Amino acid sequence: MSLLDKIPHRGASKAHRPWPRANVGEEGWLKAIDLLAAGDVTMLGFWGEPAAVHLALLSEDSGEIAVFSLDCGAGQFPSVSRRHPPALRLERTIRDLFGLEAVGATDTRPWLDHGAWSRPAPFRRQAAARETGPYRFLASEGDGLHQVAVGPIHAGIIEPGHFRFSANGEYVVRLEQRFGYAHKGVESLMSGASLDDAARLASRTSGDSTVAYALAFARAAEAALQIDVPVRAHYLRALMAELERLANHLGDIGAICNDASFALMHAQTGILRELCLRAADVSFGHRLMMDAIVPGGVARDIARAGPPRLRGLLAEIRKVFPRLVELYDNTASLQDRTVTSGIVRAEYARQFGAGGYVGRACGRAFDARRSPGYEPYQDLSFDVPVLEAGDVNARVWIRIREVEQSLSLIDQILDRLPEGEIRTPVQVRGHVSEGMALIEAFRGDVLAWLRLDGENRIERCHLRDASWFQWPLLEAAIKDNIVADFPLCNKSFNCSYSGADL
Amino acid sequence: MRKTLLESIARGPLTEPPPAPDEAALAELAGNIEKAAQARLGRSLAIRVVDAGSCNGCELEINALANAFYDLERFGLRLVASPRHADVLMVTGPVTGNMREALLRAYNAIPDPKWVVAVGACAADGGLFKGSYACVGGVSDVVPVDLHIPGCPPSPTTLLKGLLALLQHVGNAGRGQQGPSS
Repeated sequence: MSLLDKIPHRGASKAHRPWPRANVGEEGWLKAIDLLAAGDVTMLGFWGEPAAVHLALLSEDSGEIAVFSLDCGAGQFPSVSRRHPPALRLERTIRDLFGLEAVGATDTRPWLDHGAWSRPAPFRRQAAARETGPYRFLASEGDGLHQVAVGPIHAGIIEPGHFRFSANGEYVVRLEQRFGYAHKGVESLMSGASLDDAARLASRTSGDSTVAYALAFARAAEAALQIDVPVRAHYLRALMAELERLANHLGDIGAICNDASFALMHAQTGILRELCLRAADVSFGHRLMMDAIVPGGVARDIARAGPPRLRGLLAEIRKVFPRLVELYDNTASLQDRTVTSGIVRAEYARQFGAGGYVGRACGRAFDARRSPGYEPYQDLSFDVPVLEAGDVNARVWIRIREVEQSLSLIDQILDRLPEGEIRTPVQVRGHVSEGMALIEAFRGDVLAWLRLDGENRIERCHLRDASWFQWPLLEAAIKDNIVADFPLCNKSFNCSYSGADL
Repeated sequence: MRKTLLESIARGPLTEPPPAPDEAALAELAGNIEKAAQARLGRSLAIRVVDAGSCNGCELEINALANAFYDLERFGLRLVASPRHADVLMVTGPVTGNMREALLRAYNAIPDPKWVVAVGACAADGGLFKGSYACVGGVSDVVPVDLHIPGCPPSPTTLLKGLLALLQHVGNAGRGQQGPSS
């Protein structure tokens, strides 16, 4: 039975591609919540508009995806988080941005809004009242408990966010995250923007995943406008995406070891990461490859010096990396820190639909390149490594295996890179259209959804980082670990603050 | 591990010669650094980085300054954990409303004399996020800025040029007799 058959709806939007979007009434909405709470479907996204909310659902068995929309003319909708906790932060965000109330929600604290914006509920047409007063952290009670407040500014050079630890001696009893410090209003700035301007904003949602975001945005726009992208552009996009994955995984492997005070690995992988960025600069004219992917294709072709430089990069990594892997595997003091630290339970990863190395390190095999899949990956051969342990060590090993896969993918892409055009001109269609895309960034799947008006301007665009469904699992994973292992666990997740704060 | 270490010694350093300090940065600094401050600080600066809502692109490149190719510390430039240990506040991002207070507190926690370096297009004037309900604008709308390093994000070489200009300007004023500053 398909998703659309399971959930009563009133007809589907024809202009929504590539997956269907159906309008539901309260009955359909509650049925969708039932399916989520029962674990029959996974929540891919949950976002608002001034007078509607949308739920994107995935059926993990069939790979089917559909969006369900509920009209909220009365300014409210039945709470999803009440029965499906992964929706909680998204629901609080919908309230902060649109002023829509989740009826029955147990946690109505603001999430992104710290009371410092020039206007509350910025998407709402009429002025909204703002809640004031201090933020209430969740309580922990017991003898000898103390709190440690960390952030928003951290000791290292990382993004801003607040962590509130309740600890018993060295052991963490509860961690509560408070974010929103990097909230820039990306989605609000996109509304009314041209495709090109919005693509630049999307590329800066999370700088470390700029290629993935540009790709997700471009594919959503291309789906809406029914644009066929030249084959060469598909290959160049995948080349950039794998280079980005490679650079980030190499950086992460070293940084995780560094947080266990094993600086040698950090220094060595830092060299390899830098070589990746330099090869990207030579090939595509920017170290992080920002703005290189645009709706319709790619902004520029790979430089002539690019392919030989990339082959050299692959050779260097293949020479050095296996030795570093051996070093990781054979250093007992390092293993002592990473093995059994920060365990994510498999049922949480399933419930939250946690993607990337967080999900794959504890048995959730989801990889957007495979399913739903997108060009050109169906023509390339690669494995999706999956482990069961769910600890820091498993998340390191997933990255190690994915480095190997990306090396092979880059080789395959360079071998097969077809000649031809790199960009299809984007035409104005003259009517409203909607598109959606799911892209595998280095840390997990990024969802992009947009609605374009007849002039190709953005009416509404929503970008959902993989971190939304990974951050809450860190709260659970750190429980009963020592406070001093938090940086290590946090780095092994390496979630995006900016990507989730938007 | 021994093999990796020995090979690293045998092949010589990867570290590259420093770039020339940026002329434009030197000109901007000329107006901003007082002689009294120059007399107190030598060719050693401690830098505290604050992300005031960046996309994290700038952080990636600032972190890259510590890798073997750029080796920031050879210039006497250190990235430190506490603002109380810092001479320089380096700020990235369009200063979100939610980070404004934290940025101000970090600035106030740095002892005088101090300098502020705004890194990247967002820190200059809000960049792409200018006009957002959630952003203040440039760093200079919150704290006084001595040097802007442009780029989205600035490459490590661009960052190094700016910081070397800062260092040279501070150093030229003839300090160095008074020992380390921090």
